[in-house]
Amino acid sequence: MIQASGLRKQYGDVVALDGVDLDVREGEIFGVLGQSGAGKSTLLRCVNLLERPDAGTVTVAGQNLTALREAELNQARRRIGMIHQHFALLSSRTVAGNVAFPLEIMGVPRAERERRVGELLELVGLEGRGGHRPYQLSGGQKQRVGIARALAGNPAVLLSDEATSALDPATTQQILALLKRLNAELGLTILLITHEMNVVKSVCDSVAIMTGGRVEESGTIADLVRTPGSRLTREIFPLPEPAPAGSVTLTFAGQAGRPVVSEVVRKFDVDLSILGGSIEELAGDSVGRLRVALEGADAGAALAYLRASGLIVEEAA
Amino acid sequence: MTWEEMLPLLWPATVETAQMVGWSTLFTVLFGLPIGVALVVLDRGGLRPAPALRAVLGFVVNIGRSLPFIVLMIAIIPFTRLVVGTTIGTAAFVVPLTVGAVPFFARLVETALREVGTDVVQAAQAMGASRATVVRKVLLPEALPGLVAGLTVTVVALIGYSAMAGTLGGGGLGDLAVRYGYQRFETLLMIVTVVLLIVIVQLLQSLGDWVARRLSHK
Repeated sequence: MIQASGLRKQYGDVVALDGVDLDVREGEIFGVLGQSGAGKSTLLRCVNLLERPDAGTVTVAGQNLTALREAELNQARRRIGMIHQHFALLSSRTVAGNVAFPLEIMGVPRAERERRVGELLELVGLEGRGGHRPYQLSGGQKQRVGIARALAGNPAVLLSDEATSALDPATTQQILALLKRLNAELGLTILLITHEMNVVKSVCDSVAIMTGGRVEESGTIADLVRTPGSRLTREIFPLPEPAPAGSVTLTFAGQAGRPVVSEVVRKFDVDLSILGGSIEELAGDSVGRLRVALEGADAGAALAYLRASGLIVEEAA
Repeated sequence: MTWEEMLPLLWPATVETAQMVGWSTLFTVLFGLPIGVALVVLDRGGLRPAPALRAVLGFVVNIGRSLPFIVLMIAIIPFTRLVVGTTIGTAAFVVPLTVGAVPFFARLVETALREVGTDVVQAAQAMGASRATVVRKVLLPEALPGLVAGLTVTVVALIGYSAMAGTLGGGGLGDLAVRYGYQRFETLLMIVTVVLLIVIVQLLQSLGDWVARRLSHK
């Protein structure tokens, strides 16, 4: 749905994007994770060409945006919704007026606009708030207005620029749940950028991790947690690094319900002590990471058994 | 002087001041608003950056700002004659008043528009709004309280300028103060004129503040 290739963007001496490729599939929630300054914001703004990349192409829904002229680009942008960290609502307009704004830009007649605004406010759980002013709303409500506004033109794609970063944890979860619902109900493709792993864990199907203007790794979360040594796994399951000598780090993905650890202890002559670990729900899958120390004559055979059972086994040097 | 003698002098003078200020305010907005918008839109990082053109425009505006009004008024007498056909009377002084106030107001417009967050401008662009739409539906409405405040300051400045215009044949309260207060030592009329000007300015400022507050939804 969104393809970016070879994106480069430089501000003076600062390279914000250093050859970034991105492939967001239709109907998925794709997260770009990175610290501030990693280039993720520039990347997002290159997708709808708020920033024009120095090199590279961006294709959204089959249309090469980088090749478009201004008027055509404005047309194309109407099919790309965007929500913002600080909501970017117009204080000169009511809630309904804000949601109607993109419809005005599209030239939708007034009666049709009013009907659509009603639908959209209901969709985001703000029915009856149309006459309020943005300053009368809480942060979470403001972001709901932002989402309703972004969806006004029935976009194929929603871009989210740190949409929950200015919200408290409970409100963040509500907004994420709303995005997830819209993704499921409307088949909306969502590209979001965030510096919070929690956001990625809660809603994303795929992720790209950015550092220094480059994508360090990307893929579906299900694949990445199964990739030995992936940065995502290390970030989601923080264990002391480097691993102590002789320890073994086990990653479980998709073995939920099977007591592999106790099987190993029973079948082989080993003692197993747990040094650390945790379990998370990721992309509808239960994933865990455990650091253990194995002692005993059969330790090697035990590790082979764990590998054969589908666990990722990383032995510290 | 008695009240009976003063009133027939004060009323026409007040009307003349109101006419000079009223017309020049209208023309100031007509010319100053687009110039202020252009100063923002053409600037680096603006909607349509054109730094060279912006620099020329800024330079011209600064020339207007750097001349004391009394000098400007005299300097543009040929221009005034060209536009109005005469250089005395209330109508003639609408020209220098407008020329003097346009750069002033344009800078205030520029400041008010810069207060509008880049995030709302970019949000509108992300929705596919054209530049004209961004100016018309985002920049100007969002800056409206600031524009009203700037207009109020401009009107008050114009009242001040109009008094100077009065001394060169424009009529109005300034002319009255000079002819009677200064040249004929009519202290009472001078005091009444001063009080009247203070009251007018206070009322206008309060009105402007009230409107700006009503328009602000922050």
